[in-house]
Amino acid sequence: MKIRLLFILWLSLFIISCSDDSDIVIEPVAITLNFSHAWQDTEITNADFNDVKFTNANGEQLSIERLRYLISEIILTHESGVVTTLDDYTLVDVTNGENLSLTTSATILPGNYTSISFRFGFSDTNNTDGIYQDLNTASFNVPGILGGGYHYMQFDGKYLDTNNAEAPFNYHAIRAVDNTDPNNLTFQDTSFQVSLGAIIVGGNTNVNVQMDVYEWFSSPNTWDLNVLNTVLMPNSAAQVLMSQNGVSVFSLVDIIQ
Amino acid sequence: MKKGSLFLLLSFFLFTSCSSSSSDVEDVYTPIPASLNIPTLFQQKLIAPLVPNSNPLTEEGIALGKKLFFEKRLSGDNTQSCASCHDPQNSFTDDTRFSDGIDGAFGTRNSMPLFNLAWNFSDRFAWDGKELSLERQALEPVRNPIEMHSIWTDVENKLQQDSEYPNLFLRAFGTSTIDSLLITKAIAQFERTLISGNSKFDQHLLGTAQLTPEELNGFNVFMDEAKGDCFHCHGSDNNPLWTDNAFHNNGLDNTFTDLGLGSITGDPNDNGKFRSPSLRNLAFTAPYMHDGRFATLDEVINHYSEGLKSSSTIDPLMKKVNQGGVGLSTQDKADLKAFLLTLTDNNFVTNPNFQE
Repeated sequence: MKIRLLFILWLSLFIISCSDDSDIVIEPVAITLNFSHAWQDTEITNADFNDVKFTNANGEQLSIERLRYLISEIILTHESGVVTTLDDYTLVDVTNGENLSLTTSATILPGNYTSISFRFGFSDTNNTDGIYQDLNTASFNVPGILGGGYHYMQFDGKYLDTNNAEAPFNYHAIRAVDNTDPNNLTFQDTSFQVSLGAIIVGGNTNVNVQMDVYEWFSSPNTWDLNVLNTVLMPNSAAQVLMSQNGVSVFSLVDIIQ
Repeated sequence: MKKGSLFLLLSFFLFTSCSSSSSDVEDVYTPIPASLNIPTLFQQKLIAPLVPNSNPLTEEGIALGKKLFFEKRLSGDNTQSCASCHDPQNSFTDDTRFSDGIDGAFGTRNSMPLFNLAWNFSDRFAWDGKELSLERQALEPVRNPIEMHSIWTDVENKLQQDSEYPNLFLRAFGTSTIDSLLITKAIAQFERTLISGNSKFDQHLLGTAQLTPEELNGFNVFMDEAKGDCFHCHGSDNNPLWTDNAFHNNGLDNTFTDLGLGSITGDPNDNGKFRSPSLRNLAFTAPYMHDGRFATLDEVINHYSEGLKSSSTIDPLMKKVNQGGVGLSTQDKADLKAFLLTLTDNNFVTNPNFQE
């Protein structure tokens, strides 16, 4: 009798402890985007700044002195067709070597995704004046006379002009605005989505992305710094050119799980 | 019975011997936590101020810091306090180009105004960024031979002998033993409370004051990349600090007699760079620049308009350096000045919480 009772007790415990596979919970995970930088095939960091050591497609020699830019809106498309947007953003500050990685605060289920992309800058929907305290504190705003919102990129440096003298450039990307009539500004959303292709999201997914700074000056528009150097924020046409060149600036290096 | 009595006796001795030696340990007092009085615009626009975990704000700490800020015994001959060069009436700077120390010697830098320091997130203070934290900054003037010219152990001894200070330190920090670490912690707490955020322009943004057409045009000159282009370094209506707290070479000299940030980092690319000061309270803070070279705001505006000088490290944001400056019209200069003066916070310089 005792043995039978013990056996029943053991069997009960055994059954309870053997939970069903269907109880396994798949936890959503964050994704990390890491940004590195290059001038064509040579990786660069802020240690390469302040020296006139780069030559752009138009043949101008230049230095990089300040480079920071905004990344937002990470979108993943699952193989099932479901699209997930992670509303994170970060100000990548190459000058100070800060925020070179963005780990999403929102999470996504592991699995096979047919594409992952991020946005350079803010879409008009998110580019609301003054609402991001961290970006205000970083003085990354666009003046109200240009419609407000935020810079997409602040890229400052010096180039050698036609007299071989150093001259400054301020390659600042913002939403294009035609301010011909200050009372009737017209805008063009010049932020753009960067697609990095398919991705398998696992438990610890690092997406390594590279910005080739050379590309800002090369294609499809060969940039002439002797013509377009400063006061580019109110220059709507220049903003469109920047946006067009920006499309080829970012590339996927690799994805590490 | 005998055993019971013996037990009771031993127990008595045991308890009395194990009690805290009350004569050696000071009464425990828990200071009252304090918080900063953050202006509405700052709450709306900026991230939370920086208060280090190692030095939380308390009412007792702030009050002690204020007393120490005005304490002349911090100097070698008991004649100068922090306030001697950082006068509340002048937005916590003084009105001279260079400040004289207790021995009559002068430094080479203009005294920096003190306010909104808890929003300096780089935590680099002074014109050249040499002081990494407010607490460390407060150590320096006391022992600087051309400033307060004292020795910290002397200061500690003087305050320790005072009838009030030991108890004030006990209440603020839990010990009546005074040392430089606690003195500078208290001063830093007081300095973090020095918040200026109630100027006419702040009120304009809050809808309680109206700017004149001249002041509004001046603001547009400030914000226009094709005109003043001041906003890239000096904040905006969305950054009410009116500084980026970063370091720039703003075209003062062709060659440097003062390396600024470069003397701290050792990096030649930092030579001639100084921290952008806030543009608040300019009405009280003349003369201007790290060396006080400009006596008036007009001189400052003229510098950016037509007085820029090129050098190897000049900031690319000084975009018209090869033309001498941004070339403002006479009207725009006057309006820009009018706008800058709307950043004056009269309440700040008369705030009784900040007076001796």
